[in-house]
Amino acid sequence: MSQHTLDHAAASEVFNRDEPRVDWHDETLWWVRQKRDRASKGIPEWEDLREAASRIKHHVLSNMDVLLETFERNAQNNGVTVHWAANAQEHNEIIHSLLAKKGIDRMIKSKSMLTEECHLNDFLRSKGIEVIDTDLGERIVQLRQEPPSHIVLPAIHLKKSDVGDTFHEHLGTEKGATDPQYLTEAARQHLRETFLTRRAALTGVNFAIAETGGFVVCTNEGNADMGAHLSEIHIASMGFEKIIPKAEHLGVFLRLLTRSATGQPVTAYSSHFHRPRPGQEMHIVIVDNGRSTQLGREDFRNSLKCIRCGACMNTCPVYRRSGGHSYHNAVAGPIGSILAPNLDMRKNADLPFASTLCGSCSNVCPVKIDIHDQLYKWRQVLAKEGYVGGMKKTSLQLAAKVLASPTLFKLSFNTARAVLRMAPWAANNPLNAWSIHRELPDAPKESFRQWYEKNRK
Amino acid sequence: MSTSRESILSAIRKNKPDLLPLPDKFTFESNYPDVLEQYQQTLQMIGGTVEVVPDLPTVSQRIGELFPNFKEVTVTIPDLRYLADVDLENITDPHELEDINLAIIPGRYGVAENGAIWVTEQEMKQRALPFITQHLVLVIRAETIVPNMHEAYERIQVDETGFGTFIAGPSKTADIEQSLVVGAHGARSLVVFIIK
Repeated sequence: MSQHTLDHAAASEVFNRDEPRVDWHDETLWWVRQKRDRASKGIPEWEDLREAASRIKHHVLSNMDVLLETFERNAQNNGVTVHWAANAQEHNEIIHSLLAKKGIDRMIKSKSMLTEECHLNDFLRSKGIEVIDTDLGERIVQLRQEPPSHIVLPAIHLKKSDVGDTFHEHLGTEKGATDPQYLTEAARQHLRETFLTRRAALTGVNFAIAETGGFVVCTNEGNADMGAHLSEIHIASMGFEKIIPKAEHLGVFLRLLTRSATGQPVTAYSSHFHRPRPGQEMHIVIVDNGRSTQLGREDFRNSLKCIRCGACMNTCPVYRRSGGHSYHNAVAGPIGSILAPNLDMRKNADLPFASTLCGSCSNVCPVKIDIHDQLYKWRQVLAKEGYVGGMKKTSLQLAAKVLASPTLFKLSFNTARAVLRMAPWAANNPLNAWSIHRELPDAPKESFRQWYEKNRK
Repeated sequence: MSTSRESILSAIRKNKPDLLPLPDKFTFESNYPDVLEQYQQTLQMIGGTVEVVPDLPTVSQRIGELFPNFKEVTVTIPDLRYLADVDLENITDPHELEDINLAIIPGRYGVAENGAIWVTEQEMKQRALPFITQHLVLVIRAETIVPNMHEAYERIQVDETGFGTFIAGPSKTADIEQSLVVGAHGARSLVVFIIK
């Protein structure tokens, strides 16, 4: 986890040292993006669906308190206990107290990016509670003591030989085995025993329905269901923005979610939980952790419309070539880069700069978040608040001065041309980060202005 | 705990934008020339097997051929109960389902656009059953297949029972180098019989 100390640019440089691997990472994600394109083109009303999803989410943002209170009331009537957590610490403590009350020291967990955001596993481990992640990708990275590098494809940064090595060490698979079928079967056997012996299961929440007080969890593997239905206590953690008004709105979101994520028409399981099974306890923890602050930032509140499909990551030329860990945040890629500065501006000031602003993220987003506009706006906020590093700030301030003055402009460009002609090494050297992957063009003998002054008659 | 509830809700009230209405239009029609044909194609694409059969006795016969000499079989369709050697009536703890090899369950609705079948707690009896079983058979009637998810939700009351799920194909993963592997944690195979 040494990546955490590097900023995005420095971590990307490390990632880029193995070029064939970067190419593979890039191509694999682009392949997922292409599957998304094929799936979306199979739906003639795709753009209308995106618009509907976007508008439902806008309503949700504007009616959040009412929807959450309605949800709470209906969930309670269903026999579910509802908890509210203002921040990560409180979320973790609530879960710990629920387990402690039942004397449980081992829990299984299906995919929940919120628990990554809250660092729940570390917290529970410090309290002597073992947590086993059951999504295959998450289990792989957990065994390697790494964070997930993608919200939908947690182990996308690994090759099958890496997984083979990890499973050989931890699950006793044959040395050198790399067949995905064989490795998946080993994980199935290993985790099946775990499912059958754990009394507590935690799941995430894809959608919470205000009208009925229920929630929907989507998986391909069936791990959320295996955990929840065999447990005596099921805890579901949700960021409060997961609320939707009515069950009928699920039609819109379930049609968009998996097609955007992996190109499948829907996940293998879309499970709707409303009441605990007899003898079971069911709890929902509604988490804020900075979301209400983000709701108040007019330029950035739309980031809360996100349904965590990962399409913006798969399409992003920077994400594909820098890897999820370079973003040092639970949610990586373009969407992570507009969520993270809200959580901690100082720590995440580099992330809105990890983009070419090409806009591909906004084009594929199923709920029409203006991701690249927000990346651009965060840069301005971060600069204004003093979180942008010295070099970038000084050079841009200098540029502003030069561009504002015709005399300075003329002087500096004449000088630059002379320097480039006589001493190109002064610009093309390792001290100039810009020239690491680029070469400056040959400088012409005269500028356009000089040419124009000579030839204007 | 209640203090956090109040502080979260009051921060939301302070920070939320002005009320925006829900869109009027959020459901769409899918006009497949043949909904049954579309359903079959989609299910095969996502790794399921599908057979159109005339009646339950044919289902019974085909199960015998597809799953010969299977032990630890459980059935929640009354007319096919004779195929079972495990009686769910005797099971109270879902952990007792750990050795189930085959579960045969009726579905409520099929969805042509994505191959999903809506199954509730009422049909599965035990929530864990369709997931913990090694192999799963779902039986639906052709007339219950709807074109898309909007129409499915029109027919479903999601909170009619405590649990309901859309099952679309067998359990699967692509978490190792994006190679699709069928049989992750849930059922290794799904056979859908459509009675027409």
